[in-house]
Amino acid sequence: MPKIIRRERLVPNLHLIEVEAPDVARKSKPGQFIIIMPDEFGERIPLSIADWDVEKGTVTAVFLVIGTSTNKLSRLNAGDKVPVFVGPLGKESEIKKYGTVICAGGCFGIGAIYPVARALKEAGNKIIALMDVKANYLLYWEDKFRAISDEFYVSSRDSYYDCKDYIPTVLKNILKKGETIDRVVSIGCTYLMYTCAEATRAKKIDTVVSLNPIMVDGTGMCGACRLTVDGKTKFACVDGPDFDGHLVDWKELFSRRKSYFDDEIQSLCHWEGKNFP
Amino acid sequence: MTENKKTLSSEQKEELKIGFNLEWRKELRKAIPMKERMKIERQKMPERDPNVRNKDFLEVNCGLDAEAAVKEAQRCWDCANPQCVVGCPVGIDIPGFIKLIEKGDFEASARKLKETNSLPAICGRVCPQETQCEVVCSVGKATGIPVAIGNLERFAADYEREEGEVKLPKIPATTRHKVAVIGAGPSGLTVAGDLVKLGHQVTIFEALHVAGGVLVYGIPEFRLPNKTLQAEVAYLQDLGVELKTSFVVGMTASLDDLKVQGYEAFYIGSGAGLPSFMRIPGENLIGIYSANEYLTRVNLMNAYKFPEYDTPVFSGKRVAVMGGGNVAMDSVRIAKRMGAEMAAIVYRRSRTEMPARAEEVHHAEEEGIEFHFLTTPTRFIGDDNGCVKAMECLKMKLGEPDESGRRRPVPIEGSEFIMEIQMAVVAIGQSPNPLIPKTTPGLEVGKWGNIEVNWDTMETSMKGVYAGGDIIRGGATVILAMGDGKIAAREIHKYLGGLDKEF
Ligand SMILES: Cc1cc2nc3c(=O)[nH]c(=O)nc-3n(C[C@H](O)[C@H](O)[C@H](O)COP(=O)(O)OP(=O)(O)OC[C@H]3O[C@@H](n4cnc5c(N)ncnc54)[C@H](O)[C@@H]3O)c2cc1C
Ligand code: SF4
Repeated sequence: MPKIIRRERLVPNLHLIEVEAPDVARKSKPGQFIIIMPDEFGERIPLSIADWDVEKGTVTAVFLVIGTSTNKLSRLNAGDKVPVFVGPLGKESEIKKYGTVICAGGCFGIGAIYPVARALKEAGNKIIALMDVKANYLLYWEDKFRAISDEFYVSSRDSYYDCKDYIPTVLKNILKKGETIDRVVSIGCTYLMYTCAEATRAKKIDTVVSLNPIMVDGTGMCGACRLTVDGKTKFACVDGPDFDGHLVDWKELFSRRKSYFDDEIQSLCHWEGKNFP
Repeated sequence: MTENKKTLSSEQKEELKIGFNLEWRKELRKAIPMKERMKIERQKMPERDPNVRNKDFLEVNCGLDAEAAVKEAQRCWDCANPQCVVGCPVGIDIPGFIKLIEKGDFEASARKLKETNSLPAICGRVCPQETQCEVVCSVGKATGIPVAIGNLERFAADYEREEGEVKLPKIPATTRHKVAVIGAGPSGLTVAGDLVKLGHQVTIFEALHVAGGVLVYGIPEFRLPNKTLQAEVAYLQDLGVELKTSFVVGMTASLDDLKVQGYEAFYIGSGAGLPSFMRIPGENLIGIYSANEYLTRVNLMNAYKFPEYDTPVFSGKRVAVMGGGNVAMDSVRIAKRMGAEMAAIVYRRSRTEMPARAEEVHHAEEEGIEFHFLTTPTRFIGDDNGCVKAMECLKMKLGEPDESGRRRPVPIEGSEFIMEIQMAVVAIGQSPNPLIPKTTPGLEVGKWGNIEVNWDTMETSMKGVYAGGDIIRGGATVILAMGDGKIAAREIHKYLGGLDKEF
């Protein structure tokens, strides 16, 4: 069973997990994801790959603690083992020289977008990194991002950094300045990606979002992750996770993501009741 | 997808003849006259009460006891020219194993089965006997009620596992040849078992975290207990097969990567994992599952034990399952067990065209499943939250036969009606898993996405790469998947042996 090398709380509610998985590390590409199961009773949950190290043979992901599975994950420590850590899954992000690319991330997406931004930088693009956080103490990996971006903005609701506006406003302000933006990549919660896509729709700037609907197997077998893109049903796990944000049926995606809302609460209550009576 | 024709080879015929002429077989034949044998009634498989079992996941069939098994075995005439063997896709020596049961040597009977079928406990439970071996049985032709070959097969295999001693065969010295088997379904497991017994080093790469393929994620516990399957997998591991789970060939490593790692021959048994949808409006509403998702949640992820297990699954009060095959039957019976008040099969043809095993249809009826034949949904209707609340259907009538020989259903105009539902499962078929063909340049596929093979050898368009089971046939059966594996194992052995001589 794959062994955890490191599990670290980055900021409140966001954790990093680094797992020994040499086969996965060797094949990892920006934009791909893994599926992890915290224990034998757990769910198979997809997490974007936030980094990897071929020599060490490890793969890193960042996750937000929400339900039972992520709560369980957040309680694992170096040396513990997980029954499933499979990947890399999904298509890699398209990396080319586009010109100027805005990388807009929030929440776990700050980690997830990092390898994409790094690869885009290596491909010769000018990178404008745009991080969205609720408060200043929720920002992580600032150094890592400063090292690979040409411009770096943080918007936090407490106005601690550059501004307090939610990301679409910041995005629109950048666009208004007149600089040619060739592409926008956005990773974070579904709402953040949706608003980014809406912000660029009028100007028709290619906007790539990395979608994370509910999945089970992650290899195209079950269709749990299906969504509508450009009027066609797609499987996020094998046709994505990257899609053109202007073609995604967001309404359907929002509703499908909430499918198990009540069950998730019940599951968490059950787990908490058992572990913290 | 043309299939192998079923004929017995001259060696098979010779072996059957030798068996037929054994002294003890002659004596058994003499001991009870045919007329007497015909008077024995087919032994009823003990089953759990339908109204109890439709609320739990314990096995429906309890298995014959030794006395009943011997009696059932006595019904078989031990024909000189047994048609059942021809009917069996892998040509099991059926009279051979049945007569060993009649003689009382149950372990020998299991060994006899295992000469041609490495997973008899499974086939005895899930094979469609009524269209294969039992349909051609002479006793059946004479009396209308064939020998219960499947039940006997299950009896012998279960006996060996539970009461007897499972003996590990002697394995020859290692040949040092590395073989990669992709997919731990029945097809891959068969290849692995056969090749490891010949001394090859076999590794199975499996995408999921548990071995078994459809047998573990698809077929439910009440039809095939997981422990039966895992015992077979453990047996292969004891023989020396290496099992690498959570390894997706094409993603974690490509076929070429594995070549670089020293694998010389490959068997692709990656199954028919791509679910088909109906492509009608509303299909992405909440509460509509592909059968694969529904079955995977329940069987592989144990959602029926939620919240003890974390994976949830819907349990609608009114559930419609589209399709008429085993997949549909399993899904609808699960829905009933999950508490549905109405669990219904909606099938566009009539009862006679249903491809499901007869026993499953019968069990489903006993358990209170509704059947809506000659009915097809045209759209799903959702509520304000995006959850399915109803389905519009159309009545059909049967027209001319199509290529498959089944009469084609044609819609009756103006026959629309609304069926209120809270959940739907789409079980209208799966196509071959595209992941390996997509990531393996040079591998030829047919128009259904099936990997093309030479049907005599199971070799693909790439040298040293073989394939079989659902990936070449589309959704087929366990026994056909295993039969392909048998042929491929023999050919892979020859392929590796050929190389041996060159050194
Ligand atoms: C619900 C259901 C009920 C059925 N009932 C019956 C029945 O009663 N009787 C009967 O005879 N048949 C039945 N069938 C059909 C039968 O199960 C299949 O024909 C048979 O399992 C096919 O075997 P296989 O080994 O080819 O593929 P599978 O059993 O599908 O196994 C393929 C395996 O390969 C793995 N895999 C796929 N891609 C990769 C990859 N890239 N890398 C690594 N691993 C990979 C999959 O995870 C899977 O474990 C049923 C099928 C279903 C779905
Ligand atoms: S055809 Fe029927 S009676 Fe004859 S050998 Fe086979 S099982 Fe026995």
